[in-house]
Amino acid sequence: MKDNKDIRVVVGMSGGVDSSVAALLLKEQGYDVVGIFMKNWDDTDEFGVCTATEDFEDVVRVCNQLDIPYYSVNFEKQYWDKVFTYFLDEYKAGRTPNPDVMCNKEIKFKAFLDYAVDLGADYLATGHYAQVRENNGKYEMLRGIDSNKDQTYFLNQLTSDILEKVMFPLGHLPKSKVREIAMEHGLATATKKDSTGICFIGERNFKEFLSEYLPAQPGQMQTLDGEVKGKHDGLMYYTIGQRQGLGIGGSGDPWFVVGKNLKDNILYVEQGFSNDYLFSDELVATDMNWINPEDIKDTFTCTAKFRYRQDDSGVTVNVLEDGTVRVVFDESQRAITPGQAVVFYDGEVCLGGGTIDKIIKQNHVLDYVG
Amino acid sequence: MEHIYLDHAATTPMHKKVVEAMVPIYEDVFGNPSSVHSFGRKARQLLDESRSVLAHSIQANEKDIIFTSGGTEADNLALIGIARANKHKGNHIITTTIEHHATLHTAEYLEKEGFEVTYLPVYKDGRVSIEDLESALTDRTILVSVMYVNNETGIIQPIKEIGDVLKSHQAYFHTDAVQAYGTLRLDVKELGVDLLSTSAHKINGPKGIGFLYAKEGIKLNALQFGGEQERKRRPGTENVVGVFGFKTAVELMLEEREKRNTNYEHFKQQFLQVLDEEGIEFNVNGDLSNTIPSIVNISFPGTNVEKLLANFDLSGVAASSGSACTAGSVEPSHVLSAIYGENNPCTTNSIRFSFGSANTNENVVDAAHRITKIIKRLVK
Repeated sequence: MKDNKDIRVVVGMSGGVDSSVAALLLKEQGYDVVGIFMKNWDDTDEFGVCTATEDFEDVVRVCNQLDIPYYSVNFEKQYWDKVFTYFLDEYKAGRTPNPDVMCNKEIKFKAFLDYAVDLGADYLATGHYAQVRENNGKYEMLRGIDSNKDQTYFLNQLTSDILEKVMFPLGHLPKSKVREIAMEHGLATATKKDSTGICFIGERNFKEFLSEYLPAQPGQMQTLDGEVKGKHDGLMYYTIGQRQGLGIGGSGDPWFVVGKNLKDNILYVEQGFSNDYLFSDELVATDMNWINPEDIKDTFTCTAKFRYRQDDSGVTVNVLEDGTVRVVFDESQRAITPGQAVVFYDGEVCLGGGTIDKIIKQNHVLDYVG
Repeated sequence: MEHIYLDHAATTPMHKKVVEAMVPIYEDVFGNPSSVHSFGRKARQLLDESRSVLAHSIQANEKDIIFTSGGTEADNLALIGIARANKHKGNHIITTTIEHHATLHTAEYLEKEGFEVTYLPVYKDGRVSIEDLESALTDRTILVSVMYVNNETGIIQPIKEIGDVLKSHQAYFHTDAVQAYGTLRLDVKELGVDLLSTSAHKINGPKGIGFLYAKEGIKLNALQFGGEQERKRRPGTENVVGVFGFKTAVELMLEEREKRNTNYEHFKQQFLQVLDEEGIEFNVNGDLSNTIPSIVNISFPGTNVEKLLANFDLSGVAASSGSACTAGSVEPSHVLSAIYGENNPCTTNSIRFSFGSANTNENVVDAAHRITKIIKRLVK
C-alpha cells in the first residue's frame, strides 16, 4: 500500500466552501494535495471585474492557509464548445437543458481529469456531495449522506472507470458539518455564500442573459384548444410547469405552461396546478449512461428523479435496442420536462441516467410538450 | 527535493551584502530626509550618496534621477508625465507591441485620454525596424518608448540606433531598461535616451524601489501631489533604506557584471545542451546572439504553458511564461504573438527560463533533467 503522502490528489477548487473543505480534509488525511481552479467562463465587465478573478483569489487564500500548491487552468474553449453550445442548442430546440450535467461529463470529469492525470495525479477530488464505493473491482456512485445536498443527479454521466480515479471527500458529511469544519479552521471561504443557479449566469437575470445569445421571438400564448390567452416573450424563456411570468390575469385557478409548439411559435398554457395536461405516465430518455452497464438488465424496477432535489419515484425501466430507455412511472408524474435529466437509483446507488426526450401518456407521445 | 529557481527575470533573491547593508540603516537611520535636523540630515546623506552612485551607473547627473516604487511606476511616470506635459507639441506617441504591460497598458490609457499611439511591430528576430520607426514619426510625435531588453524573450532592441534617429526630432526617447540594467552597460548619453526606467529587485536589490532617469530640462508632469521630494516630480517621503539597498545592489552589479554574464551564459548553454542531449523537441524563441545571457525563451511543441508550469513547479522547478492573467490562468504571450502571429502554437507552449544568483552549474543541469522528464511524459 502506498503511503498517503505519495498519493497525489488534484482537487478541483471553485473558491466555494465545499471544495475548500474537500481540500482541507484530504490534506488532513496526509495526501499530496494540489488545488486547481478551472476558469470556464469569462464574464469580465467594463471595469475589468470578473467573478472568476474573485473566486480564484479565494482559492489562493484557502490554499495558502492549507499550505498546498495551487494553479489555474483555462477551459473556456472546451466549455464553450461542449457545454455552452449544447445549452444554446437545447434552448433553440425548445427544451430545458441541464448544463451542470454536461459540464461534469465533458469538463470536470473529462478534460479536467485528463489534466489532473498529466499533473501526475492518482485521484481527482471535488466538493460534490456524492460517494464512491468499490464493489468487487467495480466502482459505484452512492448518494451523498445529506439528502438535501445530494448531487448524484448532476453526476449521472460518470462511469465506473472514471469513479475509480475520483474522490468525493464530502459525500459522508452533512452540509452543516462542512460549514462547521470551515469555521473551525478559519477558512477564508467559511462564510461565503453558496453559488446559486447556472455557473456562467450567476446572479444575473436569466432572461437578459439568454437574450444576448439567442434572438427572442415573441409569439402567442394559447390553450391547447386554441384560445389565445396573451403573448409570450420567446419560447426559450419558459419551462414546463412554470407559473411565474405568464401575466394572465382573471379569475379562477392560476395558469401554467404545459407545452410549446416550436413550429408555430406558440406557448401552450392551461389552468390549475393539477391540470391533466401536465401529467404523464411514461418517458423516453436518450444519451443514456450506465455507471456499471453490465449490471443493467433489459427490464427492471428502480426509483428515478426527473429533477434535482425531487423525491424519488418508483419506475420500471425498459432498455430498448438502440440504447434509449422507456421509463414507466408507478404513478403519473407532473411537469416532466424534455431536456432535463432522468436519473435512476437502486436504493442509495446511482445507476446512471439520460436526457428526457419524449413524454408519453396512455401510450401516446405528447407532442404538445415540445 | 531541492527547489530550483529559474525565474530571475521575475525577481531575484537579494544579495547577502545588500541585506547586510540595509539592516543597520533600518536600525539606525529613521529620519525624514526633508527634516531640518540631524536625524533628517543623516537620512538625506544616504539618499544623496545613493543617488550619486545610481546616476553614475548610467552616466547621468544626480539631478536627473527620480526615485519611484519600481519599474512600473517609472514607466507610468515617463509616459503619462511626458504626454501631459508636452501636449502642446503634439499628441502622438510611438511604442512597440512587445513592451511590458507597465508601458502597454499605460499607452492604452493615454489613448483614452485622447493621445494617438502607434505600436511598432517586431519581425521574426523579435526586433523593431528603424525604417518603421522613421515612417511612424510625424511632427506631432512627442514620445517614443521602446524597451531595451524584452522581459519574456531577453531580445535586445536597437536602442542606440533609435536614439540616433531621434536626435534630430522633437520626440523624447524613453526606454524601459528594467531587464537591461543588470546585464548591459548603460550610458544614457551614448544611447541618446531622455528617459530610462530601472528597478532594484531585478538586480538582487530590494523590492519597492526603482528610478526613472529624466534628462535635465525635460518637461514632465508629476502624477502625484504632495511635498517637494524628487523636485516635486515624485512627492512622498523617500524610501531611504530601499534606495540604499538599491545603491548597494548596483555597486555589486557594476563590479560583477562581466563575471555574472559569463556565468549566466554558461548556465544557458548547459541548460540547452541537456535538452539537446535528451532528444526532446524544443525551439529557442529569438536569436541567441541578440539575447541577454540570463534569459532564454523556449517553445515545447505539443504542450501548453499552464500544464508545463504546474508540472515544473510540482517537480521543484520555478519558471514562468508570458504574463499571468485573469484568474491565474495564462493568456497567450503578447510578445510571442507579436513575433510569430496570434495563432502560432509558440504563444501558448513557450516557457521563459531566467538564470541568476540562485543558480549553480549543478542545479541548472538538475533542472534541465527534471524538465526533459516532464516533456517526455507529456509529449506522447
